[in-house]
Amino acid sequence: MRVLFPSGLRDFLLTIHNRLVMVLVMPNAADNLFRALADPTRRAIFERLTRDGGQTVHALTVGAGVSQPMVSKHLSALKRARLVRNRRKGRETHYQARPEALAPLVDWIGHYSAFWQDKFDQLENVLERMDKE
Amino acid sequence: MTAETSTRSVIVEREFPHPPEKLWRALTESSLIEQWLMKNDFQPVKGQVFSLRSTPVPNWDGVINCKVVALEAHKTLSYTWGTMGSESVVTWTLTPTESGTHVRVEQAGFRPDQEANFKGAQYGWKKFLGSLERVVGEMK
Repeated sequence: MRVLFPSGLRDFLLTIHNRLVMVLVMPNAADNLFRALADPTRRAIFERLTRDGGQTVHALTVGAGVSQPMVSKHLSALKRARLVRNRRKGRETHYQARPEALAPLVDWIGHYSAFWQDKFDQLENVLERMDKE
Repeated sequence: MTAETSTRSVIVEREFPHPPEKLWRALTESSLIEQWLMKNDFQPVKGQVFSLRSTPVPNWDGVINCKVVALEAHKTLSYTWGTMGSESVVTWTLTPTESGTHVRVEQAGFRPDQEANFKGAQYGWKKFLGSLERVVGEMK
């Protein structure tokens, strides 16, 4: 299955891997990632943080469909997988997504392959246009 | 995990209904490269350092640092592809055919640990990553 990306993001994904592969001890980090993201509620929380930016536990609970203690528990699991980071601000804790932690899950060889296929398509267009000049 | 030390490559090939001379221009003229690859300051000179610039996104400035390592007009072009401490080599090979040019691009030098070993994991990651990527793509 081939996944299509916005080009800027695909370039980004290709790149973060190179940086993080050295940081993350692959087997353990990947185990935590798989475990953290296997749960649909956690995945929804993570996607929401990614989409809407950093939020408090309280804000995340609204619309999560589960209680605040459950949201906190899910956030702890995401934090163990380094998918989120948190900071305290007064009485509230803010959480932020770290999408770059997904790097170990990405098939980089496959993505570069898709990247060049995509570039070939664009090259073809450029060659067509050159004819008309 | 095996104790494999060799590196891996990506190879993409396609035949274009255009002569090698024209392909060569598209691969080596800065303004044309920009139209299909990225913004750049490429110059067709061996040893020349240049950069490719994509749209910056959070946590990445969008820059790929390159250096021309080999070129032979209308035949082959090779440059390094460096981003954030990792480097691979991209090599273009043009072969004339009856109806145009066979183009082969090989990106080589990936270490085995740079190929994620989690293909086929049962969690539907691709689907998830697909939607995540859409979301991240919409981020400012």
